[in-house]
Amino acid sequence: MASYIVRRIIYMIGLLVVLSFVTFAIIQLPPGDYLSTYIANLEAQRIPITDELIESLRVRYGLGDPFLVQYSKWMRSLLRGDMGDSFMLNRPVNQVIGTRLALSVTLSLSTLVLVYLIAIPIGIYSATHQHSVGDYIATVFGFLGLATPNFLLALILMYLTFTYFGWAPGGLFSREYMAAEWSFGKVVDLIKHLPVPLIVIGTAGTAEIIRILRGSLLDELGKQYVVTARTKGVGERRLLIKYPVRVALNPIISTIGGLLPAIISGATLTAIVLSLPTIGPLLLQALQSQDMFLAGSIIMLLSALGLIGTLISDLLLVAIDPRIRFEVKG
Amino acid sequence: MSTQPFDDTGAVDARTNAAEERYYLASSWTLMRRRFMKHKLALVGGTVLLVVYFFAIFAGFFSVADPFERHPDHTFAPPTRVRLFHEGRLHRPFVYGLKTGRHPVTRAKVFEIDREQLYPIRFFVAGHEYRLLGLFPNRVHFIGVDEPGVLFLFGTENLGRDMFSRVLHGARISLSIGLVGVAISFFLGCLLGGVSGYFGGWIDTVIQRVIEFLQSLPTIPLWMGLAAAVPITWPQTRTYFVITLILSILGWTGLARVVRGKLLQLREEDYVMAARVYGASDMRIITRHLLPGFMSYLIVHLTLAIPFMILGETALSFIGIGLRPPVISWGVMLQQAQNVRTVSLQPWLLIPGLCVVIVVLCFNFVGDGLRDAADPYK
Repeated sequence: MASYIVRRIIYMIGLLVVLSFVTFAIIQLPPGDYLSTYIANLEAQRIPITDELIESLRVRYGLGDPFLVQYSKWMRSLLRGDMGDSFMLNRPVNQVIGTRLALSVTLSLSTLVLVYLIAIPIGIYSATHQHSVGDYIATVFGFLGLATPNFLLALILMYLTFTYFGWAPGGLFSREYMAAEWSFGKVVDLIKHLPVPLIVIGTAGTAEIIRILRGSLLDELGKQYVVTARTKGVGERRLLIKYPVRVALNPIISTIGGLLPAIISGATLTAIVLSLPTIGPLLLQALQSQDMFLAGSIIMLLSALGLIGTLISDLLLVAIDPRIRFEVKG
Repeated sequence: MSTQPFDDTGAVDARTNAAEERYYLASSWTLMRRRFMKHKLALVGGTVLLVVYFFAIFAGFFSVADPFERHPDHTFAPPTRVRLFHEGRLHRPFVYGLKTGRHPVTRAKVFEIDREQLYPIRFFVAGHEYRLLGLFPNRVHFIGVDEPGVLFLFGTENLGRDMFSRVLHGARISLSIGLVGVAISFFLGCLLGGVSGYFGGWIDTVIQRVIEFLQSLPTIPLWMGLAAAVPITWPQTRTYFVITLILSILGWTGLARVVRGKLLQLREEDYVMAARVYGASDMRIITRHLLPGFMSYLIVHLTLAIPFMILGETALSFIGIGLRPPVISWGVMLQQAQNVRTVSLQPWLLIPGLCVVIVVLCFNFVGDGLRDAADPYK
């Protein structure tokens, strides 16, 4: 087991290196750079621009170097834990991202927990009561949840609360707590603001898990070992939890790897619509103003979270199912 | 054999035998079709999709107004109600006239229905010029009303452009992007998955690692990064094509996995060995003998990949880094619905979103039906 984990971690570090290269290539893609945007802004303000000024800016931002030099500079500072400066905000990326990333991770993880808490019981109910009213409701919800884009769900929820309750959900904090230090009151305020984002981000995942669990549990329930256990007099509830549910959870756990990146994706869009102070809106802003270190760092961090999610799901899979061997697949 | 010539049980046997025989003689495609036909939701979904695509293809014919034409007097007009009763009497379908007035207190612009003015809905009327199927200049439209009556079936937006006509034209872009994107994914997925599964070895390892890598990335941030790289100055068609390419960058990975898994399973079959002994080339074995063996799985996978791309386009365009106006797509139209206050006053701006949900739902139903049908021998 230990050697398996070590091997997986080494493999992941390799992936992270590739990831950093891909990310850097992506953020270098747009024609022009932040400097040209900056100069255009200066021109618009009728500030005289000299060649020396441009040259000094170019050196300051390190924009004149060839691709690989820029990349190695970025990598070296990344290894030191420094993600460079945000051009747009004129502050180190670390500072800008800090709290937002923490909020993003909190939001994603609490969504993940909520999705499992809601989806697994419903999925089990749906499979054990096939063709009941509850099953049909769950199925309809499952299909609708998959078909409704996150941002649209956010809009609809905002529309409904606005028309019926007179306030629009948005943000994660009330105005008075926005800039305040962390306190008990601020946490309570955060919890009050959480439901709408959680519903919006979690719906698609919940729908998917209900459908997967229902399908795999239905397959398991018809198998011989369930009948055998029943004839031997094992109680229904105990029987269900002990054998078929455990087997049916397998495909769910193997999707955690995919679910975490999916939740991060969904959260990015939702955050933009609901104007949550998380990483999503910042990424959009950074991309639009070609703030390459900021955008690059964010894409890199989010993707790294995805890779970690995949690793965790693989380890969980080994833990829950002893039949899976500790070998790298392939 | 029975001694009596008209034995009942014999006749029943013969009938069941005939049914069984039909089952065993039917080709796998026939069996799949029969199974698919039993899936009611899939049939409904398929029908709705056919209708929607039909409307999209003939968008010009079905639209009431030019999708780019502005009606400055009718900005944010609510959907026009088509009525059947005038003063309690049955009438041919008609609409009342629309007056603009001022709210007595707030002085905000309000629309009032003018019950004096009746405009019957006419069929096959002459209207703005468009090109049927993009080729033949034409003026005939399915429905319309006489001037100065207005027919805004889905209302109008901030510039007073007819939402109904825009939804129809938007369907062209939004629905075709899924198909084109899936076609690209299909090509890449079959090629790379095929190479990976058929040759194995280090090529397989490399391709599998690339797929794992791509699948562990969060889709939307990656798409956002790539889409933001598309210069605003590019012509519309090029932007459209590049966005489609971006959407299919991740789409092919799932397909390649399916193709590889099936190939690994099928290449051990005797008929593949037979073909190889016979001297068939690798390419021929893959395309003629292996691909048809799991075509049904591919089709299922493709059907389920299309809605994913439609959602992707809508999302990217919605946040403003996908397609941009003046291109009409459902995502671009939804940009107007970003503000809650606008939406609460003009809920019809959400209609393109409703269309997205319906279309994606139908694709999922059809995909579900196809999945049941894909394995007809179960």
